[in-house]
Amino acid sequence: MDPATIIATISIITAGLTIAIGSIGPALAEGRAAAQALQALAQQPDASNTITRTLFVSLAMIESTAIYCFVVSMILLFANPFVDLAIATATRAAGG
Amino acid sequence: MEISPDTWVFSDWHGLRLNATIVFTWVVMALLVLLSWIITARLSEGETVSRWQVMLEVVVTTIRDQIAEVGVADPARYLPFIGTLFLFIATANLLTIVPGYQPPTGSLSTTAALAICVLIAVPLFSITRRGLRGYLKSYLQPSPFMLPFNIIGELSRTIALAVRLYGNVMSGTVIVGILISVAPFFFPILMQVLGLLTGLIQAYIFAILAMVYIASASRAKRKTDPASDAEQTQTSREGD
Repeated sequence: MDPATIIATISIITAGLTIAIGSIGPALAEGRAAAQALQALAQQPDASNTITRTLFVSLAMIESTAIYCFVVSMILLFANPFVDLAIATATRAAGG
Repeated sequence: MEISPDTWVFSDWHGLRLNATIVFTWVVMALLVLLSWIITARLSEGETVSRWQVMLEVVVTTIRDQIAEVGVADPARYLPFIGTLFLFIATANLLTIVPGYQPPTGSLSTTAALAICVLIAVPLFSITRRGLRGYLKSYLQPSPFMLPFNIIGELSRTIALAVRLYGNVMSGTVIVGILISVAPFFFPILMQVLGLLTGLIQAYIFAILAMVYIASASRAKRKTDPASDAEQTQTSREGD
């Protein structure tokens, strides 16, 4: 296996692991937040406006952790700088 | 696969590259400016009010109410900046229903520019409010040992602001692109609808977070009355 293939393999495995492990925490947290918000809505229906607003803001906050993982895995898959580097090194070695 | 509209180049004139991000940013700007210019040219205070004017009034008053809910005294001061952020991001995200359009917020350059605007606006509003001394003092707020952490916090929340918006919009585009190749026609449309909702929520979040940052920087001084103190801890908890 040449270096580019090894780097690509490791990048794909890492991208899968990134999104898999990185989405566990936000999933648990979003479930907790939604459950708490539902409980608060059941107890105080009058405050539903504030609760819903805060819920949306905090859900997007929590979700951004998963989004960071997604961005990292997308960079690993489609814009990986090390693959280009390995290919450039390989062509230079082959050329002379 | 393209993960940003930066790579879609319209014209390359002597190294001056005109990519899709710039083109669609100008489209959104032109749309917003032209619409509001045409509507505000025929404002009326009489009994007959055009429906466009009503729409614009609803938008402006809603944004002002939302700013006031963060807990600042004079919402009109922050209305131009926060309103521009919200309207630009919301329009840029909602126009994805037009075929052939790529949201400029799906490029890290645009979102980084918006986040840098917030980074600069926070000290500007704070200094005009409390003076340079008061602003610099806020970095030493709990104790002088917190100075590096305050500076790191300032930078990291800017990066988080940029990457959050970019990641959300980009993920919508990428997921639709993947789904088109896997299950065409039906699922991509569902994801597009979800993307409209996410885009609007992200615009709201961006504007509200900018407002919370500005409010917490320009108001940390007044510890005398307990009501505003409680409010402040609430907003600062939202900000973290």
